[in-house]
Amino acid sequence: MAAALSSPLAARPSASSAGENSFAADFSPEILSDFLGDGGELALYRGMLLIRRFEEKAGLLFGMGLIGGFCHLYIGQEAVVVGMRLAASPRDQFITSYRQHGHLLACGADPKAVMAEMTGRSGGLSGGKGGSMHMYAPEGGFYGGHGIVAGQVSIGTGLAFANAYRGDGRVCVAFFGDGAADQGQVAESLVMAARWRLPIVFVIENNRALPEDEGSGAPLADRGAAFGIPGAQVDGMCVQSVREAGEGAIFRAREGGGPTILEMRTERFRGHSMADPGKYRRKGEERRGPSSDPLDRQREKILALGLAGEADLKSIDAEVRARVGEAAEYAAQCPEPDPGALETNVLL
Amino acid sequence: MATHVLMPALSPEMKFGKLTKWLKREGDFVEAGDILAEIETEKATMEVEAVETGVLERILTPEGTDNVAVDSPIALIEPAAPGPAPAAVSVEPPLPDEPTILARVPAGSPVLAQAPQPRDATRKITVREALREALAEEMRRDPDVFVLGEEVGDAQGASRVTHGLFQEFGARRVVDTPIAEHGFAGLGVGAAMAGLKPVIEFMSFNFALQAVDHIVNSAAKTLYMSGGAVHCPIVFRGPNGARARVGAQHAQDFSAWFAHIPGLKVVAPYSAADAKGLLKAAIRDPNPVIFLEHEHLYSQSFPAPDDPDHLVEIGLARVCRAGGDATVIAFSHGVGLALAAADILAGEGIEVEVVDLRTLRPLDMPTILRSVRKTGRCAIVEEGWPQGGVGAEICARIVEEAFDDLDAPVRRVTGRDIPMPYAANLEKMALPQTADVVATVRALL
Repeated sequence: MAAALSSPLAARPSASSAGENSFAADFSPEILSDFLGDGGELALYRGMLLIRRFEEKAGLLFGMGLIGGFCHLYIGQEAVVVGMRLAASPRDQFITSYRQHGHLLACGADPKAVMAEMTGRSGGLSGGKGGSMHMYAPEGGFYGGHGIVAGQVSIGTGLAFANAYRGDGRVCVAFFGDGAADQGQVAESLVMAARWRLPIVFVIENNRALPEDEGSGAPLADRGAAFGIPGAQVDGMCVQSVREAGEGAIFRAREGGGPTILEMRTERFRGHSMADPGKYRRKGEERRGPSSDPLDRQREKILALGLAGEADLKSIDAEVRARVGEAAEYAAQCPEPDPGALETNVLL
Repeated sequence: MATHVLMPALSPEMKFGKLTKWLKREGDFVEAGDILAEIETEKATMEVEAVETGVLERILTPEGTDNVAVDSPIALIEPAAPGPAPAAVSVEPPLPDEPTILARVPAGSPVLAQAPQPRDATRKITVREALREALAEEMRRDPDVFVLGEEVGDAQGASRVTHGLFQEFGARRVVDTPIAEHGFAGLGVGAAMAGLKPVIEFMSFNFALQAVDHIVNSAAKTLYMSGGAVHCPIVFRGPNGARARVGAQHAQDFSAWFAHIPGLKVVAPYSAADAKGLLKAAIRDPNPVIFLEHEHLYSQSFPAPDDPDHLVEIGLARVCRAGGDATVIAFSHGVGLALAAADILAGEGIEVEVVDLRTLRPLDMPTILRSVRKTGRCAIVEEGWPQGGVGAEICARIVEEAFDDLDAPVRRVTGRDIPMPYAANLEKMALPQTADVVATVRALL
């Protein structure tokens, strides 16, 4: 790969940087273990289910008028972030778009704080100042939460740049959708990531927002070909397929091999946002059927392997529902921000 | 009679240049049209040709000398028949306490200003050198500081502000980017969120329009949107505003644009000391800082302290000339116009107080109001367009907070409300001139 030749950053195994910054120092990998548990099949099911039930509840609160503005649900895509979180090391960074609630939970954010942010309350993750699209959990390696389509791709490339600069072995996983893949700054980021062999994995969550025949015809996985960036299409509805592809790409990045594009073939079961009923989506076109649901697939696998019985799964569901119910209750009851918060956090 | 070879100008506005290399030696026979030497500015390099045939009798400016004034003699040619050079060229005795290499430079040559001086003494340096020193000192001080932009590295910087940094700090910390402003501005924001201290150079702030999304939506708003959880300690710097004869897409003043944005600090220094102290402060600042330089100031020399800890606090204006009759508020290149106007008006018995804003956001309103309350008359100078400009904002605040102290309406001297024209005469008309400041102050009285 020609890009490998001019790679002053990746060539340095260890930066002379004066240690970790305050965010990295605040980093606490233990908060991730709550979400991923032992990383086994049941834990993955539980993680995906938490996101599913959380998003269903968010949809409900939106309908009740408790959540304002935009609310982009992740229902149907859960296997992508859960599989990538399992593939990554706890110290790796995640960054994504406004469709971020699942990523937040996967990075260990407290469901109560996430839901309370969506209702605009003082107990929200951003103190009620960010909203559904603007939340961050740097202590879990999560850097937002970006409302401008594809903005996170350049910023994620910068996180990876910092990793290479420090030589700290961290990898950034930058998520974006098939719509964002057409943004100019994605190409700019690919150029720089390839040129400097940055430790980053570009995860395109292809939920096929647009009919395929409106695209270029070439797979999104091939978008990096001109820059020498390898890509692969992955079954984004299968959490273990995602994990496996993610592990390969993250390993490559960590070893100095540079960026990889993973095109996750997934499906969003709801509209673009709660304001969008999604009626344009594949009208007359067959959905892939209930078996494409990543949760159903994981559930069938667990039962087939005899890892748990129906009763166990029911009890997991009850436990998750209770947790989400608690989050919703908190988000509805928590007071709005103090008026004194209006002009804080503008400058340090 | 020996003929002086004069330092040529590469452009009408060029005042100084660097003599990079002599291609002939003293005693060489040269014919008219022979290449004698190479000179360069931040913009271009050029060859100096012999204007007449003769012997290159004396080289007055050694190669490697920077800040050689245009039209100053750099060599002597003795018209003569071809022949062997004199065995020795008599030189004047070295000046006391001056390095020998400078001894042959005529007194008064700018190169004398470069003579070593005691540490911590105030030297005279150009704004470009001040900026370069600030970068180098902060990079030595903090390993998290790095410079990134187009041609900042091996090419030594399009405006030569990063000259020599690549040699000292290497490609890891002086990073050449592809021509991708949107992408590399976002990359810088990400690196800052990860705790590094990026200094992102725009070759011109006109190109920052490609990146304005990340400056505003990502850098400026994240601290607020995250409820204080995510910081973005980044500096975006580069030349802003007018530049001679480059037309409308390369000569816009964006001061008001960035000064409009909460979450940013915006700095626009005039002098070398402020350029250095403010850039160092900007790099150490935990917030995103827009650092607006000016093409016409890069080569101007000012006294500047030698102290590596010379910092200028962001947010403080400076009264750089005291006077009681009228206040002229300016920033960046406009301060030079204001000071020149004040000199002229002083000849008429009008004492102008000149306030150099230095920082455009946050504005130092106490200093502005103190001066306006003293003089009762105020003009604001800026290169940018009038509508929604820095002057418009200051005028509004003066009216809100010091209306009763005014003895005349606040007036603005701004760039004309048009895209920048190319033709030299029109370009001059489009930009504020000293005469405009003089006329405006007279109108206040």
